[in-house]
Amino acid sequence: MSGAAVAQETGGVKVLGTRAPREPHLEIQGLRVSYGAIQALRGIDLTVGRAEVVALIGANGAGKTSTLRAVSGMLKPAGGKILLDGRDVTGLKAHQLVPRGMAHAPEGRGIFLNLTVEENLDLGAYRRRDTAEIAKDLEYCFHLFPRIKERRKQMAGTLSGGEQQMLAISRALMSRPKLLLLDEPSLGLAPQVTETIFRTLKEVNERGMSILLVEQNAHLALQLAHYGYVLETGEVVMAGPGRELLESPEVRKAYLGE
Amino acid sequence: MESVAAPRFSGVPGWLRGPLPILLSLPILALAQWATAQAPFLVYIASIVGVNVILAVSLNIVNGMTGQFSIGHAGFMAVGAYIAGKFSLETKDVYLPFMQSVAASDQLMFVFALLLGGAVAAVFGFLVGLPSLRLKGDYLAIVTLGFGEIIRVIVQNTEMFGRALGLSGIPQRSSIFMVMFWVFLTILAARRIASSAHGRSLLAIREDEIAAEAMGVNTTAYKVRAFVISAFFAGVAGGLFAHFVGIINPGSFTFVKSMEIVVMIVAGGLGSTTGSIVAAVFLTLLPEALRSIFTQLGGGDQTLAQRVDQIRMPIYGMLLVALMLLRPQGLFGTKEIWDVAPKWLSRRRKGMR
Ligand SMILES: Nc1ncnc2c1ncn2[C@@H]1O[C@H](COP(=O)(O)OP(=O)(O)O)[C@@H](O)[C@H]1O
Ligand SMILES: [Mg+2]
Repeated sequence: MSGAAVAQETGGVKVLGTRAPREPHLEIQGLRVSYGAIQALRGIDLTVGRAEVVALIGANGAGKTSTLRAVSGMLKPAGGKILLDGRDVTGLKAHQLVPRGMAHAPEGRGIFLNLTVEENLDLGAYRRRDTAEIAKDLEYCFHLFPRIKERRKQMAGTLSGGEQQMLAISRALMSRPKLLLLDEPSLGLAPQVTETIFRTLKEVNERGMSILLVEQNAHLALQLAHYGYVLETGEVVMAGPGRELLESPEVRKAYLGE
Repeated sequence: MESVAAPRFSGVPGWLRGPLPILLSLPILALAQWATAQAPFLVYIASIVGVNVILAVSLNIVNGMTGQFSIGHAGFMAVGAYIAGKFSLETKDVYLPFMQSVAASDQLMFVFALLLGGAVAAVFGFLVGLPSLRLKGDYLAIVTLGFGEIIRVIVQNTEMFGRALGLSGIPQRSSIFMVMFWVFLTILAARRIASSAHGRSLLAIREDEIAAEAMGVNTTAYKVRAFVISAFFAGVAGGLFAHFVGIINPGSFTFVKSMEIVVMIVAGGLGSTTGSIVAAVFLTLLPEALRSIFTQLGGGDQTLAQRVDQIRMPIYGMLLVALMLLRPQGLFGTKEIWDVAPKWLSRRRKGMR
């Protein structure tokens, strides 16, 4: 670890420390997103390495959700490039990206409230035909979240907030993604539940999955993440290894309330 | 999960499982045809019921299974009725020399007319389905309503379609066999859709469109496809209708007709094909029954019976309000009779393994 916090200024981005080299899994280059006249993203660069956890932190309205929606093909970028495994996938729709190993657990969980837990999970594997492997992944989800298993026959709408988040993550995993996009998994959850979920994310990542994690809870996210980016009003203002961001005075002041 | 492999109905080879239900239906339909040969009124009532069942089951594909809100179904029916009716009028005297008899030739031409009407309606379904990609809820409802009215107004002002008088003298080639055969095909198609990957996509779209999209459902394609399939069967229903009443005019395809179908599927339970069938049968027979009761009461006086037609919509309305208060999910909710039927009938329940 190069503990020396050598801060570099590159194009308005303050970069801390050094990043362990990895093969890039997802590369975002100069991504711009607009809603009519509103510019939500003003050209951001971001990379997720293979089997890396990357956190994207920032205040409400910074453009975190817009980033994820653009990456997963749920909205059309106004400019810039998105590369997946080195291939240009800019402008592809979600239904074209899911088969390429991308899964998005949207903000506010986006589960099917009127369907049972089991049906939700089943729909997660909706594009797959490998029945035996689906059954294995289901067991894996149940192993990760035993509470989900207990409630498999229950309507998703009757689950607690934490359980719904567990279900949302499980359902994303059911498509057997290589890259998982998570939008504020800790939103509105009790600390212990959040901890359970983050422990699971670590476990999932250790089995080789790349994760792009969007969070307002900077503390938890940066603890887990190998690398992090700080987003402010549509621009990346800071980047660095999770630990180093966590210790930087700017982040401590702005996002950890110190 | 009890991941039971789709239970096999042993004894029936795989290649036969698709066409088997259709083959089985043919002798039953032929029998029905023979049994009702001397009862024209019965044939008429059964045909009306059949057409309404086709309309309800097909509308349910869009409104129930996909969660879109279309209230212009009579428009598609009108397209099918006018196209098929006009085609048959123009080709009345055409005889296909390779058929053994005139009757057989007529029937083949009739099938062709139905398919033509269905196909043109499907094209309109595609055009009306496109706005559903951008519009939701009330806005889509208004577009579909507008479509139904536009079709009616166009027909009303087109010389070729007889303007307000409509088309008359359409050869009455329909039979109980043909109507019930299409009823059967429509139900089969709806069931196949519901129990396939297609059905799972529609279910996901109905439950939460954003989540469905995030999961990789091609929401755009599936929504438009639902509209196209639904419109095709509505067009066929229109064609059948044209060929047993013999006379069609714009008055048969008003907004009231569209609402009738909406009431049927809401009463039956949005999303349930079983519910659509039951409600369509019941709500078609109810006014007929009332009409004959009033005719009896009035001692053959027709005016009382005619009034039944006028009070039909208020009765529908009250029934619907009562139902929504007592059972908001409709008679059947989203359940199907075949969910509780023997396993080999149900293949894959609700599209879920
Ligand atoms: N659908 C939308 N229409 C208009 N503006 C939007 C929409 N979604 C987001 N925005 C705006 O874009 C900016 C970024 O929003 P978002 O990406 O949701 O931020 P975050 O997830 O970081 O809170 C905000 O100013 C927000 O108001
Ligand atoms: Mg957000």
